[in-house]
Amino acid sequence: VFKRFVEIGRVAFISFGPHAGKLVAIVDVIDQNRALVDGPCSGVRRQAMPFKCMQLTDFVLKFPHSARQKCVRLAWEKENINEKWAATRWAKKIEAREKKAKMTDFDRYKVMKAKKMRNRIIKHEMKKLQKMASKKGKKPEKSEKPEKSEKAQKSEKVQKAPKAPKAQK
Amino acid sequence: MAGEKAAGEKKPGEKKPGKKKTDEKKPAEQKASQKEVGEKKKKVKKHHASRNPVLARGIGRYSRSAMYARKALYKRKYTAPETKIEKKKKEKPRATITKPVGGDKNGGSRVVKIRKMPRYYPTEDVPRKLLSHGKKPFCQHKRRLRASITPGTVLILLTGRHRGKRVVFLKQLATGLLLVTGPLVINRVPLRRAHQKFVIATSTKVDITGVKIPKHLTDAYFKKKRLRKPKHQEGEIFDTEKEKYEITEQRKSDQKAVDSQILARIKKVPQLRGYLRSTFCLSNGVYPHKLVF
Repeated sequence: VFKRFVEIGRVAFISFGPHAGKLVAIVDVIDQNRALVDGPCSGVRRQAMPFKCMQLTDFVLKFPHSARQKCVRLAWEKENINEKWAATRWAKKIEAREKKAKMTDFDRYKVMKAKKMRNRIIKHEMKKLQKMASKKGKKPEKSEKPEKSEKAQKSEKVQKAPKAPKAQK
Repeated sequence: MAGEKAAGEKKPGEKKPGKKKTDEKKPAEQKASQKEVGEKKKKVKKHHASRNPVLARGIGRYSRSAMYARKALYKRKYTAPETKIEKKKKEKPRATITKPVGGDKNGGSRVVKIRKMPRYYPTEDVPRKLLSHGKKPFCQHKRRLRASITPGTVLILLTGRHRGKRVVFLKQLATGLLLVTGPLVINRVPLRRAHQKFVIATSTKVDITGVKIPKHLTDAYFKKKRLRKPKHQEGEIFDTEKEKYEITEQRKSDQKAVDSQILARIKKVPQLRGYLRSTFCLSNGVYPHKLVF
């Protein structure tokens, strides 16, 4: 039922408070509500932090309890937590949300145009497939397969277009 | 004291011309007598010592008015010679003018006062108004411009017949209104004035350096013209006023002149033309306070 546990070395994401958005490693447990926490590679000083503001991630580091900051840093860098975190979907979603909030009016227009174009292409392909299906009825699936691969190619192209304006902005 | 000093200074001054005149080695007495004569002929008598004996330092025996009498200033009044400017100033403005009068046996003209006496004196005088400060007329008001609005910014008009349209800002006019253009071919907004308060400034900017805006585009150029000639007072007063606004040739030529420069710069930015053609609108889930413009 539960997959992520509070343990020594668990990397947690701080959701609110002064250090919102940073990653932290649990060094020790103080009592039922608080943990001693340290984030040498994310700019969080060693301090007590309530569990409430922490959200557990999938990463666990290996160091003994109450290890000093140097050890925590070594373990962190050995595991390359920063890069691994940036590769997770969680971090990517956060980044996408931030970018969306920062979009200017012009960017919104560009995204709208790109989305429109993409949807048009997809619709076009869908219609084609539907037409094929309705016309030929129980024909073999060979004719459908090349259409699907074409559609995948085109949708990839269009995905690059909206991503580019989003990234550029 | 001062008088004494002056007298002392004058003496050596006098000595020199005296010496130059005679240019001979004469006894001092003769010199003194000659000097006196020379002095009397040319200049004022020897200065009197102070007529106000000193009681203590800074305090004299006699008052100001007593001194006036003692020094006989009542018969010593000097004025500076009248300068040309003062002479000119003395020229009074014309008080009356002769005007021709028509009609028979009227004597051809009348002498009319230029500045007449008031024809009405109110029973109660108008009370003096309290002094106020800082109340300036509109023409002297300070014009401010938001920092987010710079030449070339794309603005979103919020009011007027062009509401929702995205428009390029050119410059701020003397009354504080913003001069703005569509450009016309893109969204049918001509060279127009917009109010700063009814405009959203986006962060999108068109590079307008080097664009020359004609100098005659001022507030007077854009002001609405109203014909007011109530002399006729006929039943059909509305005919004289322009019901239909006609676009003058000058407006067209100005529009072309400005737009041609701006369109060239708009073309350089991808998708900007389409952006200016579109209108701004809110939909579900879109909250202006959360949007970054």
